[in-house]
Amino acid sequence: MTDAGLHALISLLLPAFSFLVLAVAAPFRRLGRPAAWFSILCAAGSLVAAGIAWNHGGDAVSRLTWEWLPAQGQTLATVGVLADAESTVMLTLVALVAFLVQLYSVGYLSDEPAPSLGRYYAYQSLFAFSMMGLVLAPNFVQLFICWELVGLCSYLLIGFWYWKPEAARAAVKAFWITKAGDVGLLVGIVLLWRQSGTFDLTELRMLAESGALPLAGLPLITFCIYLGAVGKSAQFPLHVWLPDAMEGPTPVSALIHAATMVTAGVYLLLRTEWLFALTPDVLLIVAWIGAFTALLAAVLACVQDDIKRVLAYSTVSQLGYMMTAIGAGFAAAGFFHLLTHGLFKALLFLGAGAVIHAVHSNDLPQMGGLARRMPQTAIVFLVGTLSLAGIPLFGGFLSKEEILGAVWAGGLTGPFLMLMLVAFLTAFYMFRVVFLAFFGTAGATHASPLHPHAHDTHLHDPPMTMALPLWILALLSMAVGVYFTFVHPETEFTSPAWLMPAAVGVAVAGILLAWLTYQRRAIDAASLAAAFGPIRDAALKRFWIDDLFEGAYGTVLLGFSRLIGWIDRYVVDGVLNVVSAWTLTSGDDLRTMQTGRAQDYVYGVAVGLMILLLWVRWALA
Amino acid sequence: MGLQAYLALAAVVFCIGFFGVITRRNTIGILLGIELMLNSVNINLVAFARFSGDVTGMVFSVFTICITVSEAALGLAIVILLFRVRRTAMADHLDLLKG
Repeated sequence: MTDAGLHALISLLLPAFSFLVLAVAAPFRRLGRPAAWFSILCAAGSLVAAGIAWNHGGDAVSRLTWEWLPAQGQTLATVGVLADAESTVMLTLVALVAFLVQLYSVGYLSDEPAPSLGRYYAYQSLFAFSMMGLVLAPNFVQLFICWELVGLCSYLLIGFWYWKPEAARAAVKAFWITKAGDVGLLVGIVLLWRQSGTFDLTELRMLAESGALPLAGLPLITFCIYLGAVGKSAQFPLHVWLPDAMEGPTPVSALIHAATMVTAGVYLLLRTEWLFALTPDVLLIVAWIGAFTALLAAVLACVQDDIKRVLAYSTVSQLGYMMTAIGAGFAAAGFFHLLTHGLFKALLFLGAGAVIHAVHSNDLPQMGGLARRMPQTAIVFLVGTLSLAGIPLFGGFLSKEEILGAVWAGGLTGPFLMLMLVAFLTAFYMFRVVFLAFFGTAGATHASPLHPHAHDTHLHDPPMTMALPLWILALLSMAVGVYFTFVHPETEFTSPAWLMPAAVGVAVAGILLAWLTYQRRAIDAASLAAAFGPIRDAALKRFWIDDLFEGAYGTVLLGFSRLIGWIDRYVVDGVLNVVSAWTLTSGDDLRTMQTGRAQDYVYGVAVGLMILLLWVRWALA
Repeated sequence: MGLQAYLALAAVVFCIGFFGVITRRNTIGILLGIELMLNSVNINLVAFARFSGDVTGMVFSVFTICITVSEAALGLAIVILLFRVRRTAMADHLDLLKG
C-alpha cells in the first residue's frame, strides 16, 4: 500500500461520501446552500488528495484492490484503484474541474430553489465519484460500471431542468445514443474475457505485450471497445447527442460535456493502447473517423448562433483530434491534448456561462460589445479561445501541434490535411464568437424577451464564486501554455521543422478571416456565407445526420416496435388466451363430474380400486 | 365344508352390502349396507382363524364388532341430525358438494 494508491482512494471516496450524505439525509439536501457547500468541501478534499496522488503517481504503479465476484475458487473481478502516472494526472484533472465547477455553480444557480440546488449537488457528487472510479479502474468490470454511472449522471444533469421538454428530450437522446455505443463496449469486454480469461488491465497488458494473447478475433474486440468510445466521446456518427446535451445547466456542460465524461472514450483507448497496437486496421479506422469527426464538427460550429452549441461542436471536433492522434499510434499526444483541452474548454464553457448568466440568452446576435461591460469575463474567454486556436504561449498550442506531428509521423496524410483545415476553422469560429459577443456594436437588444426591463447596467462581471474558477482555469491554461512553450516534453516521434509555423499560420489565418468578417466588416458575412452556399445550407441542417437518426427512429425502430407489439399482442398473448380459455371451458365441463352425491364417489373409489387390482394382477405379474 | 365355502359366502355378503351402499337412496339403507360389508370381513377373519388354528382372528373380529356398533350409533346420530336440518334422509338429495 503506497501513498499514491491510498490518496487516490481517498480522492475517490470523498465524493461518494458526499453523495451518500446528500442522498440519504433528505432534509439536509433540501436546505440547498449548506448541502452545496458540503459537497464543495468534499470536492476540495478530493482535489487535495488527488494532487498528492499525482505527486507520487510517477514513482511506481500502485494498486489497491479488493476481491469481488468470487467465482469457482478464483476471483472474477476486483474493485479498487490502479494509480499510475496516467490515471493520477487524469484524476487530478477530474477533481480540479469538478471542484471548480461545483464552486462556480453556487453563483450560477443562485436563483434555483433550495431543494433543487441540493439535488444538483447530489448529482454532481455522484458524477465526480463515478468519473474517478472510471479513471482509477483496475479492471474492465469496474470500468464498465463506472462508465454506465457517468452516463447516468450525464442523463440526470442534462435533464436537470426536467420541466423543459427540450431538456428532457435531450437527456433521453444522450442516454440512448451513448447506450448504443456502450453495448459495443460490453460485448468487447466479454469477448476479450473469453479470449484471455481475465478482466484485469495489468494482467491483460502483460499478456498483450508478451504476445500470449491470441490474435484471432482481436480486431473485432478492439472495434467493439472502440464503439463504446465512439458513443461516449461523440465520434461520427454518434456525435449527435452532444450538441443537444447543451440543454443542461452550463456548468454541467463544462464538467461533463467538455472536460471529463466525453473524454472518457479517449481515456479508454489510451488505457488499452497496448491492445489496439495489436490491431493496426482498427487504429486506422479510429484515425480516419476521428479526423472526419473533427472536420464535420468544425464546419458545423461555424454556422451555429447559440454560443453553447459552438462550444459543443468544438468539443466534438477536439475529441476527433485526440482520436486521430491515438489512431496514428501515439496515444500520449492525444492524452496531452485531452488534459490541456480539459482546462481551457472548461474555462470557455464557464466563461460562456457567465455571459449567459448576465445576458439571459444563448444567442450570439443578442450579445455584442460585452467586453466593456464584462472585462474580466472577456479576458478569460479570450485566453480560452487563444488556447483552443493553438496560439503559442497558450494552453492548447503545444498539444495541438503534437497531435499534428503525431499524425504526420504516423504517415496519415489524409487525416493530417483534414486536421490542418480544422485548425483553420477552429480559429475562425472561435474568434467569430469572440468578435460577435465581446466586441463590435451592442446586439439588437441586451434585454431578452424574458427580461424586457433588464437594462445595460445589469450586465456586469459575475460574482466572486463564479469569477474565481474562471481565473484559476485561465491562469492554469496560461501556465501550461507558457511552461510547455519553453520546456518541450519528450515525444516518441519527431515533427518536421515546418510543422509548427504551419500550424500557427493556419490558426492566425483563421483569426484574420474572422477579424475581417466580423470586426472590420471588410468581408461581408453574407457574401462569405453565399460563397459556401451549399455547405452552409447543409451545415445548417446539421448534414441531415440528426434527421437520419430521427427518420431511422421513426420508421425502422418504431416499425420494428410495432411489429414486436403486434406479435406480442396476437401471437404470444394469443397462445396464452387460447390456453386459458381452453382451461376454463374444460374446467366447466369437468365440474359436472362432481355430482355431490356420496354414493357416486364411493362408486368411483370402487372402480378405481378394481382398476388398480387388475393392473397389479396383469401388468405386474 | 372347506375354507373356500366360507370365503365365497363372505364375498357374496360383501357384494350385497356394497351393492346396497351404492344403490340405496335411503341413508339408513346405506348404513345397513356398510354393516353387511363389515360383517363379511368378520366372516373372513373367523374362517381364517378357525382353519389356521390361530386365535388372533377371533379376537380381532370381537374388536371389529365393537367398532362396528359404535360406528352404527354414530352414523345413525348423523342421519337423525341431518334429517332435522334438511328434512330429508335421501342420499341423492344431499348434494351440497355438487360442483
